[in-house]
Amino acid sequence: MGLSGIQIFQLLPKTNCKECGVPTCLAFAMNLAAGKAELSQCPYVSEETKAKLAADSAPPIRTVEIGTGDGAFKIGGETVLFRHEKTFYNPTGLAMLVADDESEESISAKLKRFNDLEYIRVGLTLKGDAVAVKCNSGDKDKFGKLAERVKAETKGGIILIADSPEIMAAGVDACKDRKPLLYAATADNADGMGALAKEHKLPLAVKGKDLESLAELTKKFKDDGLNDLVIDPGLRDIKESLLASIHIREAAIQKKFEPFGYPTIVPAFEMADNFLVETTYASLLLAKYAGLIILSDFRGESLFNLLLERLNIFTDPQRPMKTEQKIYEINNPGPDSPILATSNFSLTYFLVSGEIEASKVPAYLAVLDTDGLSVLTAWAAGKFVGDLLGDFINKSGIKDKLEKKNIIIPGQAAIIQGDLEEEVGPDWAVHVGPRESAYIPAYLKKFG
Amino acid sequence: MAIDLPKRSYTGVIREIKVGDGDKAFTVGGGTCFPFYTFEGQMPHEARMGIEIWDIEPDDWADELKEVYSDVWGDPAAWAKRAVELGADFVQLTLVGTNPNDKDLGPEHAVEVAKKVADAVDVPLSIWGTADNDKDAIVIKAVAEALEDRRLMLGPVEEKNHKQLGAAALAYKHIVVASSPIDINLAKQLNVLLTNLGVTPENILIDPTTGGLGYGLEYSYSVMERARAAALTQQDDMLQYPMYSNLGTEVWKTKEAKLPTDEMNLGDAKSRGILMESVTASCVLAAGCDMLVLRHPETLKIIRDMAEKLRV
Repeated sequence: MGLSGIQIFQLLPKTNCKECGVPTCLAFAMNLAAGKAELSQCPYVSEETKAKLAADSAPPIRTVEIGTGDGAFKIGGETVLFRHEKTFYNPTGLAMLVADDESEESISAKLKRFNDLEYIRVGLTLKGDAVAVKCNSGDKDKFGKLAERVKAETKGGIILIADSPEIMAAGVDACKDRKPLLYAATADNADGMGALAKEHKLPLAVKGKDLESLAELTKKFKDDGLNDLVIDPGLRDIKESLLASIHIREAAIQKKFEPFGYPTIVPAFEMADNFLVETTYASLLLAKYAGLIILSDFRGESLFNLLLERLNIFTDPQRPMKTEQKIYEINNPGPDSPILATSNFSLTYFLVSGEIEASKVPAYLAVLDTDGLSVLTAWAAGKFVGDLLGDFINKSGIKDKLEKKNIIIPGQAAIIQGDLEEEVGPDWAVHVGPRESAYIPAYLKKFG
Repeated sequence: MAIDLPKRSYTGVIREIKVGDGDKAFTVGGGTCFPFYTFEGQMPHEARMGIEIWDIEPDDWADELKEVYSDVWGDPAAWAKRAVELGADFVQLTLVGTNPNDKDLGPEHAVEVAKKVADAVDVPLSIWGTADNDKDAIVIKAVAEALEDRRLMLGPVEEKNHKQLGAAALAYKHIVVASSPIDINLAKQLNVLLTNLGVTPENILIDPTTGGLGYGLEYSYSVMERARAAALTQQDDMLQYPMYSNLGTEVWKTKEAKLPTDEMNLGDAKSRGILMESVTASCVLAAGCDMLVLRHPETLKIIRDMAEKLRV
């Protein structure tokens, strides 16, 4: 990551042979830097250059996969400090704690919540990623049984939490085919935990007492051939935890400090006694680089909010979020309800649909595909115009459902009123609505 | 193992802005590092938490807010007192009743309510309009005049009414909250316009506009982060102001904040709204906001406690 086109150019043959498809080695180097070309397109590149570029293009933070099949998820693989510099790639994993000394009722209820809590948003399914099985009992059979049960009753990733390698081994035996993450290797149990992870090819969490001790431990494991590591500096105070998270990310990306080139894990359940505080701390660390967060519980009121935050923070800022073109029904509309029209920029859709909902007035919302542009920009680009909107309404078949035929267009696009009237014909009345979505409730209430 | 941790050097400082008058006045800003990056600089002043009240009785607020305020929200002065009792550093009076698309109450109404509120509490006061630029220009100007010298925060001051409201702030010695639609260049441009008008730097706060959680928060988050980066590392003078976030309004108007318990798998209604607010608040704090306008006192407690732990 990060070699410039000029730096790459220095490593190329500089013969301008054109066999890669572009006129000069410099142009090819620029394409490589921009990720638009593959090094293999150059037939004359040296082995030395290949090795150098391969090392350079490995992400500074390793991507680690936990779980198998549909329940697998990836963490790490990040390349920037701020999402506006490019994007954050692998959403922070969210795990729910269940301990082997909890009551049967509590365990059943938690596993049920883990399976049930999911939400559909902009066409995506949002849900938690893993169950963290913790040994509190000190009894390896009890721990193994719970791991087995979690494996049987849930499909997501599994995190095994135990201090002693002997107890951990019981958990591993119960669910190793699901590729669980082992939490955690410390200075005290490093050999045993390392051997378990190695033998079963499992990802291993490494826990230090601070940044220095963490770096020493990860280096030791890496030298020992273990690569799928997840790291925890062991700090539980919110300030220390935030600063450690920042230091780890910056050292990995800016200094290529290899002992920190791994995703982090945050046991939020150890950071606060109060569930609201725990969730708020989790939200801060989710925005600031946590790879995986273990929460004391999954509850709709907290998980939903963290999932929304995760969706927001990990959305690629280079690509506008789009909503599907269709006529949405809001507040159970009937044959007398008006149609409001807007663009398919997701933010616009959310704001407009939210305001219509808030108004409690039944209505249809016609969302026109404008390639994710907002109303005014789409109009300027010729994508939110009378012909296209009219055509969409005509072909949608909505006309047959309606007795009163009213279309309300955004005030920002008042200028398309005439064209739209022409396109949809005299059966329809086209009205100019408010310029800002915030005024939709008042407008709709008066519209009646 | 010795670790060579990266450390950036900053070239800019966020301006210190004094808000309000009298004993409860406070200063925000002054930061010399990214939010809570205290290994690289200082954050001399804590983030301040305000509570939003309305000039008229709300008819669509969530039950969790009703529980806290409904016995006083018929009387904005009593409501403001409640907000202060619950820990508000400042009170934002939103003049919802003046919305020309709804009740359309006039400047006399706004002045009467604002005066009562100003008499009832001594914390700094923010006077917030309905974002109807023409109406706000009239209503907020009238309040600015009636409460001369109180160092009110006036908002939203947008490009279309910055002349009228900038002039009112200048004439009656108040602070403008310069509001722009989630766009760093427009935020900058508005401050240039206000500066050209003669509004001095000690009288400006930036409201980059906050999208609620799940409703555009990502855009606000990145605009705020970029504004902080430009202010601190690129010496962008026009962005070196404390930021103001009206997040409570955005959070509590969503359908998710109002749904009853256990509907749509959304769990306990009371904690859900509070967490929606606190999660949004922790994001805007991390992105660099200095003043947060909230609605629920429990959010205020959690967020203030966290912000203070992170700052010192």
